[in-house]
Amino acid sequence: MEKFTTVTSTAVPLPIEEVDTDQIIPARFLKALTREGFGDNLFRDWRYDAQDQPITDFVLNNPTYSGSILVAGNNFGCGSSREHAAWAIGDYGFRVVVSSFFADIFKGNALNNGILPVQVTPDELVSIFAAIERDASTAFTIDLEQQTFVIEATGAEFSFEIGSYKKMCLINGYDDIDFLLSNRAKIEAFETTQVRF
Amino acid sequence: MSKTLFDKIYDSHVVNSTEGVDVLYIDQHFIHEVTSPQAFDGLARRGIDVFRPTKTLATPDHNVPTINQHLPIDEPLSRAQVEKLYANCQEYGVPIYKLGDDRHGIVHIVGPENGITKPGMTIVCGDSHTSTHGAFGSIAFGIGTSQVEQVLGTQCLIMNRPKTMRITVDGKLSKGVYSKDIILYIISKLTAAGGTGYFVEYAGSAIRGLSMEARMTICNMSIEMGARGGMIAPDETTYEYLKGRTFAPQGEEWDRAMSYWKTLHSDVGASFEREESFDAAEITPMVTYGTNPGMGIGVQDSIPSTNGVATVEKSLRYMDLQEGESLHGKEIQNVFIGSCTNGRIEDLRLVADYVKGKQKAPHVKVMVIPGSKQVERQAIDEGLDKIFATAGFQLREPGCSACLGMNEDKVPRGEYCISTSNRNFEGRQGPGARTILASPMMAAAAAIAGKVVDVRELL
Repeated sequence: MEKFTTVTSTAVPLPIEEVDTDQIIPARFLKALTREGFGDNLFRDWRYDAQDQPITDFVLNNPTYSGSILVAGNNFGCGSSREHAAWAIGDYGFRVVVSSFFADIFKGNALNNGILPVQVTPDELVSIFAAIERDASTAFTIDLEQQTFVIEATGAEFSFEIGSYKKMCLINGYDDIDFLLSNRAKIEAFETTQVRF
Repeated sequence: MSKTLFDKIYDSHVVNSTEGVDVLYIDQHFIHEVTSPQAFDGLARRGIDVFRPTKTLATPDHNVPTINQHLPIDEPLSRAQVEKLYANCQEYGVPIYKLGDDRHGIVHIVGPENGITKPGMTIVCGDSHTSTHGAFGSIAFGIGTSQVEQVLGTQCLIMNRPKTMRITVDGKLSKGVYSKDIILYIISKLTAAGGTGYFVEYAGSAIRGLSMEARMTICNMSIEMGARGGMIAPDETTYEYLKGRTFAPQGEEWDRAMSYWKTLHSDVGASFEREESFDAAEITPMVTYGTNPGMGIGVQDSIPSTNGVATVEKSLRYMDLQEGESLHGKEIQNVFIGSCTNGRIEDLRLVADYVKGKQKAPHVKVMVIPGSKQVERQAIDEGLDKIFATAGFQLREPGCSACLGMNEDKVPRGEYCISTSNRNFEGRQGPGARTILASPMMAAAAAIAGKVVDVRELL
């Protein structure tokens, strides 16, 4: 997994709440056998119409906005456990998703793919959207070590939470399976103590 | 010390706690064709084997056709995924119920009906509706593909211990109100994000009074309020259901299992981080009007004001509905009866019992998708297939089907579908499809009337 330390970038605003994983990547695009290539269908049905033509007022089709940070409304990533949602976001080029609330499974899937979910307060989210609306070229810096999110134009700094284990994994580019494999002897010992029906 | 049901099972499965996380042992892993190929791929790239192949069971369900399952799959991408699953299971020695096997079906129907799902277990699957299995008093939850790989490789997962919430539903359900209405009601009160971070235990007399199949419907939709999972303590109803099933313990082992299972309840005085309670008598037949399962109302109620919230306005625009409007009397074009939420034999019996001797409305297309081959066979043995045929309902073969619109079973753009499934997200049942979630009885009644009706007026 790619290491994560700091990201400085402009951001793409998606001020919609309850963005579910069926919107992030509709089920009909889950037929691949690999993890690559899902970015083309990220937000497919918001991005393209029934004739596969770009819907011009959708933010990913608006050249004003770009960058590796996606800023979205409350309860981002609810619904299905499909990790394809995280793959699509990563494959498109996002490294950070900012929201005031994330669904659990999505958050875990993002972290397992080197994508940082940054949870801010509802008020902070409003100020981030406002900063982008004022100037789409506004840059933001996310520092994982310091657990800070900075609006470069104003200097406003927000802190965010992340568990120490996942922080260590992201900074070092480790994934869970490396850690679990290092526990193999303990797992085998545990199995010998178990009676299951 | 008093412990919750969740804590008892969780604590007994922690292998190791370190770095602020727990290594949790998984007793049973289910896989299907859509979220597992990349996991097997990952194992191959790392050069590691499946650690405990017989603790995983595979069945293709998400992407399979629901007709002509005895023939090769037409759709090339779907065929490739199913064949990949077969090849992976063959290579790693993972048991599989293939298409055509009389045990094949939707993974969350197959586990319980074969007695694989039992109290006290930890169960995971790369599917968010894995919470279904919690109805037996087990910790069951959905995982991503990276975690599928972890379970295949180590039989364990890294966990942050979730918080616990107890939802108590006491009282008597009114006529025409079913377990689907209970869970849609709870989600409408707590919202689609209200359970995030929690593992839920459902309790109370209204829950106790439900059959196992009805309990599964409740636990199934726990994820729709954001909860990691839902569970119900095992009782006589659970033991009665399990006894004699293929993988249920037999003889003396059954007795030993029972003495363990009887310890699986939340102790008096056990504390939950959050408690919610509801009165069953308040619940009416539910329908959803929006694009997340929290947007539910009683069938006679009016759609609440959007209060100018852009996301809610967008949702109503998608559904072509207005605030203040009632769904009662709304014309529908499609009916979907099936899914891991409501594709079990009791659901089909309930539907058949109502539609017997009736005909569907001419403009309505009705699909009935049994949850498994066993459900399908039982429906045929009981003559339900003939009732469906006479009514103009199409009984197809098992799979996830139009619940998620991944195979060819889709709802056409702009049309309404009253559906017994679990999600009404935009495009969930096909691009532009408009889903109204409801109970099997509400779906059956709508199929006959051609519009949303209040089943209390018909029973």
